[in-house]
Amino acid sequence: MSLTAVKTPNRMPDLGRVAAVDEVGVDERVARFQSRSIKKASKVEALKMVLGMIDLTTLEGQDTPGKVRQLCQKAIHLHDAMPGLPHVAAICVYPTMVGIAKEALQGHDINIASVATAFPSGMSSREVKLDETRMAVAAGATEIDMVISRGAFLAGQYAHVFDEIVAVKEAGGDARLKVILETGELGTLDRVRCASVLAMHAGADFIKTSTGKIQPAATMQVTLVMLQAIKDYYRETGRMVGMKPAGGISNAKLAVHYLVMLRETLGAAWMTPEWFRFGASSLANDALMQLMKQSTGVYQSADYFSKD
Amino acid sequence: MAIPENKLAFDGGWNYAPAPESTDHIVVKKRYGLFINGDFRAPEKGRYFDTLNPANEEKLSRVAMASQADVDKAVKAARKAYTGPWSRMKAKERGKYIFRIARMIQERAREFAVIESLDGGKPIRESRDVDVPLAAAHFFYYAGWADKLEYAFPGRKAKALGVAGQVIPWNFPLLMASWKIAPALACGNTVVLKPAETTPLTALKLAEVIADAGLPDGVVNIVTGAGDTGAAIVTHPGVDKVAFTGSTNVGRIIQKALAGTNKKYTLELGGKAANIIFADAAIDQAVEGIVNGIFFNQGHVCCAGSRLLVQESVADEVIEKLKDRMETLIVGDPLDKNTDIGAINSRMQLEKIESYLKIGQSEGGEMHQSSCSLPKSGYWCRPTIFTGVSQSSRVVQEEIFGPVLAIQTFRTYDEALTKANNTPYGLSGGVWTDKGSKIFKMTQGIRAGVIWANTFNKFDPTSPFGGYKESGMGREGGLHGLGAYVKLEA
Repeated sequence: MSLTAVKTPNRMPDLGRVAAVDEVGVDERVARFQSRSIKKASKVEALKMVLGMIDLTTLEGQDTPGKVRQLCQKAIHLHDAMPGLPHVAAICVYPTMVGIAKEALQGHDINIASVATAFPSGMSSREVKLDETRMAVAAGATEIDMVISRGAFLAGQYAHVFDEIVAVKEAGGDARLKVILETGELGTLDRVRCASVLAMHAGADFIKTSTGKIQPAATMQVTLVMLQAIKDYYRETGRMVGMKPAGGISNAKLAVHYLVMLRETLGAAWMTPEWFRFGASSLANDALMQLMKQSTGVYQSADYFSKD
Repeated sequence: MAIPENKLAFDGGWNYAPAPESTDHIVVKKRYGLFINGDFRAPEKGRYFDTLNPANEEKLSRVAMASQADVDKAVKAARKAYTGPWSRMKAKERGKYIFRIARMIQERAREFAVIESLDGGKPIRESRDVDVPLAAAHFFYYAGWADKLEYAFPGRKAKALGVAGQVIPWNFPLLMASWKIAPALACGNTVVLKPAETTPLTALKLAEVIADAGLPDGVVNIVTGAGDTGAAIVTHPGVDKVAFTGSTNVGRIIQKALAGTNKKYTLELGGKAANIIFADAAIDQAVEGIVNGIFFNQGHVCCAGSRLLVQESVADEVIEKLKDRMETLIVGDPLDKNTDIGAINSRMQLEKIESYLKIGQSEGGEMHQSSCSLPKSGYWCRPTIFTGVSQSSRVVQEEIFGPVLAIQTFRTYDEALTKANNTPYGLSGGVWTDKGSKIFKMTQGIRAGVIWANTFNKFDPTSPFGGYKESGMGREGGLHGLGAYVKLEA
């Protein structure tokens, strides 16, 4: 036997060693984050940070090229009436819309995220999933949001899920890979933690809560467990992994509480669009409305903000 | 698991702006007299003492120093109220008064919370979310018992004792007053209560509430002062029952003084609780439990989890995570809604804590404190942990009553249990494991009055509270708490 064992880049983790999660304790910790009072300058800064972390999303069967173009316009020009705003982090669309988004975002530093791998259910063959991933990247996607095979995960076929993520990561090439756990279908926080560990070891650049098609989508509880898994993984390997809660975060106050949670769990290094995203569609306008309120002292009608 | 060097940074970047609770609506009088026989009156000898805000050392008010003569008057008023209206009143009517006090505490919750934080230094988040709601809950709970004592003690007749003399500490001023007053009144007794000298204001506010609630004069008397006033109450021949919460040393003196008298008494004294983390625990939540166990109320908690026993295979991980968590604790202005750790209650207490920090280091313990900055004036102590300490260390044996945690490791279940019980105290304990069977096995072995599993510092008026060994005698709270205020007849 050779003593120089080949070190594989992605080793299947020992899921038996994944720390247990106590749901009552998680609820209590989340309540503490929500009791933080974020006011004045720190609120304005937080709202701007939220805007810059948004993956502006449209994932409907009825999406049209026109709607995608409009969304891209919004991504660049969040609210020109208010100077000094960031642009969003990315546009998130179906693979068939990637080309349109690429054209619309030409010359702008905004990522194009494409869902892939038979989103949202993941119910297809490995080959189809890999082809779809390659297709999205070829069309110009810089980020791939894949879904895990929940059926296989829940059946205990962890190696299957692991291999699939490794394969999609490889098919995606340089695109950053976000792995959607669809936590609403996993049932327990213990499983959320397990799936997070599995995805990170398989090469995920981001772990993401939900497709937005299943209720419940992102919750602070689920996100906290995933952030804690990221922290442990970072301590163990030195590799930073990003986090993307998606679905159900439509008001700015809640988004700010997510930032509080991020700050107190992973610290300053993660507080950028490179490492934290909100998958959302209506969050941007609420954050804009709150920002305007901070500067003018009054709430404006929703009609002063473009609906896209 | 070996922990590599991949550290997290919690400073820099986005910070929380100050979010102070307003004090505009708060009325603190320049001077407070003694609440005797239904109204405030000047002390016999005309002496007053200052009560300070420990967060900035500014004077909040001047409070009467009760002498023996004042205590005599208070006890006399309480006796008269007892033999007069209170013991003759229908129990249902007594209950109504207690319900009224509970509701009025809720109505003035914000005022109580702000004054509690001003006078005692505890963070407004705790006084608002824990102290005041729990105080109201105690009155509600015991109000319900007032006319149902026959169900509390089936087949026996519960009779009131008479005048209860009560002396309470400075760590939970309003809550301790409620723990003492509510069951006493529900059982038909009258009360002479002395709040701690560093934190008299919320008890005096409670006196205002009691006056506004229209309780018959003398049913509750609140006299302020220092140790001498407390001694005068405890040893007063007109007092039928003594309830004391405070240090074990004073508890001993009281017990000696009461030996051979006919007085009933309960003593709720010190503690040095073991918080035990097994390797299979939910580690991230256990770390929260450690923080809550020792840093809640600056560690001024008799049932604080001040000794951490962690199974060796996860010790490094737990300590690293605890250090990270300590970095995110906000120490400062007690009135800021984001403050996690407020001011140490008094200069005396701060000096005591600081002396233990020196002792811990000189004994060879490794001290680690969070890197937070502290305000310039006031009394402050950073959250602190000691590793490398042992059962023979004084920081492991003695109650520090501050935000100071002594950490030891264990390998086996038996070792954990031996260490947990190897203390003169026995007030509380904590067990963290994912296995239910281990919880039951462990909790049966720990000799302490309250044991929490996978949580810590949870209180409820329906649950009895009290200690083994030097942690005290008798129980307060729940059904047991009624027993301390009645004599049972066939």
